[in-house]
This record gives sequence, C-alpha cells and structure tokens, in this order.
Amino acid sequence: MKNWGFKIAKPRIIDLDTANTKAFEELCEKVPSAKRCIMCGACTATCSVANHTSFNFRKCNIMFRRGQFEGLAEELDKCMLCGKCKLVCPRAVNTRAFIYNMRIFLNDLNYKNIKE
Amino acid sequence: MNYSNFILPFSIGALILFVIIIVKFVKWFKLLDRKQKFFIKRNIFTTKTISATIEVFREALIHRNIYKKNPLLGYMHMSLAFGWFLLIVVGKIEASVYSGTFFEEPWLAIFFKYFAREQHNFWGAKFFTFAMDFLLLVVLSGLALAIIKRFRSKILGLKKATKHIVYDKIALSALWLIFPLRLLAESSTAALVQNGGFLTGGLGSLFPQQFAQAIELPLWWAYSISLFVFFVSLPFSRYMHIPTEVALIFLRKWGATEGEQYSGLTNFEINSCSRCGICIDACQLNFSANINNVQSVYFIRDTRYNKISDLVANNCLMCGRCTETCPVGLELTQIRQQLRTKTEVPGKHYYDYCKVEPTKNKTDVIYFAGCMTHLTPSIILAMKNIFSAANEKVWFMDEEQGICCGRPLRQQGFVQQSKDLVSKNTKLISSSGAKLLVSSCPICCKSFKEEYALDIEIMHHSEYIKMLIDEKRIKLNKSELNIVFHDPCELGRGLNIYKQPRQVLSKVGKLINTEFDEENSLCCGGSLANTIIELNSQLKIKNDALQILTKDKPDVLATACPLCKKTFTHSYKGKVMDIAEIVSNFLSLQKNSKKQNNKKEEKILI
Amino acid sequence: MKNKSVIVIGAGVAGIEAASNIAEQGYNVTLIEKTDILGGNLTNYAKLFPNFADADEVKNNLINNLSTKKVDILKNNDITKLFFENDKWHAVNSQNQTYSADAALLTTGFTVFDAKRKEELGYGIYDNVITSLEFESMYKTGKITTKQGNIPKRIAFLNCVGSRDEKVGNHYCSRVCCINAVKQATEFKTLYPESEAYCFYMDIRMAGQFYEELYRKSQEKHNVIYIRGRISEAAATIDNRIQIKTEDTLTGLPLKMTVDLLVLMVGMEASEATSNLSKQNEINGEYGFAKSLGLHGNDNKTTKNGLFLAGTCKRPLNIPEAIADARAAALQITQYLNNLQ
Repeated sequence: MKNWGFKIAKPRIIDLDTANTKAFEELCEKVPSAKRCIMCGACTATCSVANHTSFNFRKCNIMFRRGQFEGLAEELDKCMLCGKCKLVCPRAVNTRAFIYNMRIFLNDLNYKNIKE
Repeated sequence: MNYSNFILPFSIGALILFVIIIVKFVKWFKLLDRKQKFFIKRNIFTTKTISATIEVFREALIHRNIYKKNPLLGYMHMSLAFGWFLLIVVGKIEASVYSGTFFEEPWLAIFFKYFAREQHNFWGAKFFTFAMDFLLLVVLSGLALAIIKRFRSKILGLKKATKHIVYDKIALSALWLIFPLRLLAESSTAALVQNGGFLTGGLGSLFPQQFAQAIELPLWWAYSISLFVFFVSLPFSRYMHIPTEVALIFLRKWGATEGEQYSGLTNFEINSCSRCGICIDACQLNFSANINNVQSVYFIRDTRYNKISDLVANNCLMCGRCTETCPVGLELTQIRQQLRTKTEVPGKHYYDYCKVEPTKNKTDVIYFAGCMTHLTPSIILAMKNIFSAANEKVWFMDEEQGICCGRPLRQQGFVQQSKDLVSKNTKLISSSGAKLLVSSCPICCKSFKEEYALDIEIMHHSEYIKMLIDEKRIKLNKSELNIVFHDPCELGRGLNIYKQPRQVLSKVGKLINTEFDEENSLCCGGSLANTIIELNSQLKIKNDALQILTKDKPDVLATACPLCKKTFTHSYKGKVMDIAEIVSNFLSLQKNSKKQNNKKEEKILI
Repeated sequence: MKNKSVIVIGAGVAGIEAASNIAEQGYNVTLIEKTDILGGNLTNYAKLFPNFADADEVKNNLINNLSTKKVDILKNNDITKLFFENDKWHAVNSQNQTYSADAALLTTGFTVFDAKRKEELGYGIYDNVITSLEFESMYKTGKITTKQGNIPKRIAFLNCVGSRDEKVGNHYCSRVCCINAVKQATEFKTLYPESEAYCFYMDIRMAGQFYEELYRKSQEKHNVIYIRGRISEAAATIDNRIQIKTEDTLTGLPLKMTVDLLVLMVGMEASEATSNLSKQNEINGEYGFAKSLGLHGNDNKTTKNGLFLAGTCKRPLNIPEAIADARAAALQITQYLNNLQ
C-alpha cells in the first residue's frame, strides 16, 4: 500500500448515516459555486503546493463533503491560496473561497478583535 | 447676566461632545504605531503645521475635492461646513464686540438675538446683522440642496446615495432642524424687538405680534434642544468626521500613514469618513454588477460599530478605485486589508514542507514569473526571448518549484502564513546575490516591494523593458498597430506605474487612449481579493470593462498582468497580449537571425 | 393512390411515425401492434429529458398525426414469423394469420433489462428496490413513496444496471440512463426538496444538447449529490430501508449508507420480437439487436431487399433520434417502392 504521507488514508469506511455532511451544506451557503464541482481534478493538477508535497486539493474537497475531518485542517494549512486552481476550474467553482471558508471553519478563526 | 434656562441643552450637549472628542482623540493618539509617532514628533513644529492649517481650510471647509467631482455637490458641502463655521466665528466676534469683552457667556454668540434685544448700535452692528443673516441664508441654501440630494441624488452628480442607519438618521434630522429653527427663533424675536437683518427681520415682520410672543421662547428651546441632540449623537454618527477630519489632516501632513497593522491612525481614518457616498459610484461592483451594500462606506461603518462580517469585508476587488476618488483621501484599500486580518496561532509554521536551501545560482538578475504566469506561458517565453536579446544572464527562480509570493494570503488576512512564505523566498533571493528582481506579475511586484525587506531593486517587466530600451540594449521595430493598454489595478493604482508601459508600447505601435486610463482605469474583475463574488457578477464587470477598452476596435488589447490576460480571454475573441509578448514580437535583432528579419510588421505570433 | 404496400411491425414511436410518413406518400400501410395500445415504451414515461416535455402529449401528437392518414392499424397481433416469398414479405401472427406486403419495416423496439438478474441488488427480493420505469409510473401519479406509503427521506439512483456489465452479457452503454437518472433525481428533489437524492455512477454521460446544463442545474439548484462508485450490494434493514455498499472511488474509501428507496437505472435490451425476427432473417447483430446494412449512410436498409429497420430495434436511442430514424426509414422505403415494377 503506497504511503500517501498524510493521516487521512487509514482503512476506514465512510458511513453516510452518521457523517457530518451538514458542514458542507453550510459552506455551500457561502460559496454556492462549490455545488457545481464534478471532481475532475484539474485543480489538484495545477496546484503550486502539489509541486512540493502530496497535497491533493480534490481529495481534501471530497473529504470535507463526506464529513471526514480528521487531519483535514492540517492538510489545508498547506495551501498558499495562490489561486491557480480557481483559474483552471472548468465549472467555475470558486475553489479559493472554498478553501478559505474551510480553513476558517476547521480552525475556528475569527477577525482579530479591533476595539475603537 | 444673559441667561435663560433654554441655553442648558445646548451647553450641556456641547460640554458632553467636547469631553467625548477629547477622550477619543487621546485614546487613538495613544494607539498610533511607532513609525507614526516618530513622524509626528519630527514634523509638528515645522511649516507642515501651517500647510495643514491651510489644507483644513481648503478641504474641510471649502471642500475643493468635492467641487472637482461636481460643483453643486461641492457648493452643498461648502455652504454647510464653511457657512456654519463662519456663523460661529462671526457670531463670536459679534457677541464679543457687543459685550466689550472676549470672555462673555459662551452661549451668548449662539443665542445672540434673544439676549441682545435692543436695536444694535455697537461698532459694526449693521454689518454683523447683515453678515449673520447672509451666512444663515447660505447655510439654508446648502440645506435645501442636501434635502434634494436625499431624494434626487442625480442632480448633484451622485448616481447612488448612501443608505443610512438609525444613528445617522437621528443626527441628520437634528442637523436639518437646527438652521430652520434658528431662522424661526431669530425671526420671532426680531418680530418682537426689531433686531433682525434682511432675512430674520423680513420673516419676522410676517409674524403677528401675539403669535410671535407665544412661540418665541418655545422656538429658542427647540433650537437649543436640536443642538443638544446633534451634539450628543455626533460621536456615534457620520458627523464625527467634522472634528476627526481636521485632526486627520494634521496627522497626515506630519507624515503619518497606514502601516500593515491596525493602529490609532486607522481609528482616525475610519471616523473621518463622512459617508458622502462618492466611493459607491466609483465602485464597479455597484455600476456593473448592481451590488451596492459592500462598498467602502459600509465597510468602514460596520467596522466602527464592530459589526464587521465576511460578506462585506471579503466582497471587494481591492482595485483601489474608491481610494482614488475619496475626497477625504482615506487609505481605503489598506484599511480593508488590515481589517481582514485573522487571529493567529503563535509559534506555528505552515510551510515547513518547502525545503529552501541556499541556491547555487549566483546571478545579478532574478526572473520571478509568479504563480499565475505559469498559466500564460507565452509571457514566459516572451520574457526569455527578451532576456536573451538583451544578453542578460538571468536565474529563473520559480521555473520548477515556485513558492507563492505571499500576497494572496495576506489579502485574505492570513498575515502569519504570508510572513512564512516571505521568509522562505527572501532566503532564496538573498542567497543568490542578485541585485535586480524582475517579475511578470504586478501582484508579486507589489508584494516584493512592500512586504519583503529586500535590499535589491524590484521591477515589473514593463519597467525592465523600458530600462532596456533606454539603455539601448534592445531595439524595437515600429508598426502601425492600434494598441489599447489596460492598466492593471496592482500595477497602476497599486504601484503608481502608469508611464513606463505606455512609453514601451508607443515604441512599437500606436497607443489609443480611452476614457478610463491610468488612475481611472477599470478593474478586469478577475481579482483574487474577492472571495464572495459570484461568477455572473464577475462576468458583468469584465464585459463592461472590455466594452470600454475595445470601443475603438484596437488591433491589440495590451495588458501587463497574467490574471487580467486570462480574465479577458475568457470570451473576448480579439487579440489580447501582454506587453512582453508584444515587445518580443517586435524585437529587432542585429545579429544573424534571418528568420526575425523576414518578419513582417503586421504579423503577430502567439 | 399508389398500389404498393408496406407492413410496419411494432407501433411504438418509430413505428407510428414511419407509418404516418409512408402513408402520407400515398402507399398502403398496415401497422401491426402486439398489445392493444399504441405508443410502445413511450406510454410508460411521465416527462421526457432534457426539457421535461410531457410524454403523453408527445405520444398523442404522434398518434393524432397517424389518425389523419390512411393506415390500417391491427392491434393484438403478435408477429412470430417474418419471411420473404414470391416477391412479397409475409408476417405471420400467433393465430397463424398472414399479412403480406411489398416491403416490411421492423420497428419492434426494446424492452428494459430484467433487474432480477442482478440478484445482489435485491430487486424482487426487497420491497423498496424499484426500477427507473417504476419510478416513472409512480411519478405519473404525482407522488413517490416507499412500498409502505412513506415519502422517502433519502433516495439513491444507481446507474448502469444491466448495461456496461459483462456479468449479464451486455457490454454496451444504454445511452439514456445517465440523463434519465439526472432527470429523475431532479424530479424527485422538485417534489420533495427536503429529502436527499444521491446518484451513484461510473460516468456521467451527458452527450446531448442541454444534458450538461441539466446536470449542472441538478447540482446547483437541487443539491443532488453525485458519488462515483458502483453499488455492489443492497440489503434490507429491519424497518424496510435499504442499506447499500459501494466504494467512493474519489476518496478511495468504502462507503455505506441507508436509503429509503433504491432506484435501479435499467438499460435497454432488444425485445423478444426484435431478436426473433432478426434471427429469422439473418440480420441479427450483437446482443440480439437488428443489424442495418451500414451505420454511415445505410442505417435503415438491411442485407435483405425490402426489409427495413427503424428505431431501438437496432440500438439504444432516445426519442428524438427514434423519430428522426423513422422518418428516414420512411423515405428509404418510398424510394424502394418507387423503383419496384
């Protein structure tokens, strides 16, 4: 079995009866174009980070959709937000916004508090 | 002693306002960052202070910038601001002359006509009475225009007026009531004691005596109360800009500018926004895509009331058009970027997987294509061509494994992550010993120039090509092609590079001007900074920009940014070329390349 | 009135349209139908992809057009033999009655794959496994319910049942099931927006005008979820729901879930008449379908003079294609008849 280098590939079954697919639905409210994805993989192919690691954006995307969050936050931290994926997507999915929102959701980030 | 109970609301209100302003200013002043404080200390006792005072007159009172936008709009602001200012000043002088001292009751000037009930015969009385009435008329005319603007903003040159919130509506109503009430109050007193001028006396003569008797005191109460309401709501409304803008002008003249973090200066700036709405008209999200609730005015307002949300903060192309047209000169783009900053995780490193070792390529010149440029390889080929024509030995830094410059991360507020990438690229660049870095992407250029602390010269490839031409290291053939140049947002408004690309293009063809050139250029809509915008809206923005650029049917639409090029070629069937490609096509090589010499002028190769 | 005649075997979409067109030219046409209704498989459908045209309306238009022409319609005639003798074509039914004509047109069409043959999917064994055809008839009533009468909170559509499957001897693609699944998922979500719809696919083949747009709309507007994986088996739970197992190939992980209704997108197979009558006349192609003389340009003729083909007796087609094919066949037949002495 090839060692993919990150924790997600443990032999595990996806149980859609219990998995948290609501998170993806909420994200789709913010990034409606994400619903159009056909998983073609063009984004992963052009990714800047994929030059250095085995980061696979399509895989992160689909893991998020199936509610498999284990190890996902760490993987997504690798993204440089350079935007090449958005530029090649054939379905005009705003991949960058999707990653941005996934990051905020998984890491619970907020705006730095600014007091007058 | 000139006293009546009705002066209390005004006095209490004025006192409260004064205290609140001092408290806020002191707090913000303390929050200024080191660099800002340093500049202030250096310049406070120089002529800069005098020029700041002049600017206060020019902008805060006479509103020259707004005059340039639309004379009627400028008159409206001037008559309200300058008119009221003069009312106060002249009124104070009048009251002082009348009472023979500088230290009369502070409220005497405001309620002068009530207390000075005899026909005046102090020095200059006639002049003062006339002047005060005249100034009141000026203010009232401005008020009339303001009311018209609320209902028919087009007359004053604004296609869209700002949508106001409750605080603003309260303050606005109070403000609009102040001067009519003053007019009525003064007129009613003038009806009784004939101390009015042409306006107040004229109006007063229409009041029957009984009527004037009954309403005189209530009117003065109402006038005082409206002043109270206005003063007390001012610090929480848009009218905070009145005192803050003055302070901001001084701070600016002393050299304070926005840094990369939110600072006290940012507090001054966001409170200086008068919500005039001029930025709404400039925004392409508004006029191309009909999105008009996210512009700078609303963003600043949300920040002031601590209600900043993703939907507003992130729905901005950060093209800089609003910053160019803001009459107060607020650094809107910079503020928006500061305010997007996300919370950080201390000590975390995100990009350790990028193993960066000192490079073996020792060179004078580095070429950094940029992430986006790899998707427009014709630009890379053209640059390689130009480098070889100029005999420049170049290290193509991100030919194989590029590390992003870090600006897209920063624009989304991930400052900590961006700094990680910056340090890695800096290591690479420094280890090469280069003295010049040329990049094809304006986004990267801006990043290198502003977010990296590099000692070397950074150039966009249009600047570099201009340099090559000036130093006669390459020669270009001229053609008869009609070329329109689209100023990329990051290169033009972002880096103030307008002339070099145009000079280069003039050497190879005929440059056609459009209505939206240089600072006024339109964004292509492909910006990375906006993570909310839907595809339809983006296409509308792009189509509008294209329509204007290609109105005169140019042979070539020239750009200087790979993202703009990719965005325009989405549906435009005509020729879109980067400057580097155009130049590469028209290189005139003196050496033995028969192929190039046979090239006809009109043929363009992609 | 010309005196040549044609028998058209099978009154489905292709048969009706061909008969109308040939009769229009003045020839004697006998339209023979096995059942007692006209329309063939079209009578089973509710709305047609990709634009949700009303199937009944389309059928009635065809039939109304037919009724204005002089065509001899013979229902309840199951043709079991077809042969050429003495310069004429003879069709014999199960009662041994013979109909003869100068030319014969085979429009015997298709039947759907019998899902019972894929036993592991539970059709015919568990209550809530149905075929796409049964979904269509339920949709005609305006409601989709489980066998127990409840509205499904979760429905799953499985593509390629009986097609692209070596195990049942059908290697070919049935052409219409992908778009049909997208259409049915859209219909389901339009009826019950609160329920979830899943499509399990090997490929999503959207080769037709507006098919891709329907697919995209099903994702964006109707939130249909597409999972790339073939359901290997289905099992019933205690409360009559169906538990399915598949591999989510895009994640590389096995996946299971419980659904209220499982819809099998059954493919098209050659009907019994098609395979019988083609074999009798040595024009049988692969998988029991009839073989035309040549795909590029001779698609309605056969190796036998006077025997023509139209519609899904040759291969899986969608309805617009079947109609166009029928009209082409009509033209070929009239040209043939014109050249006969």
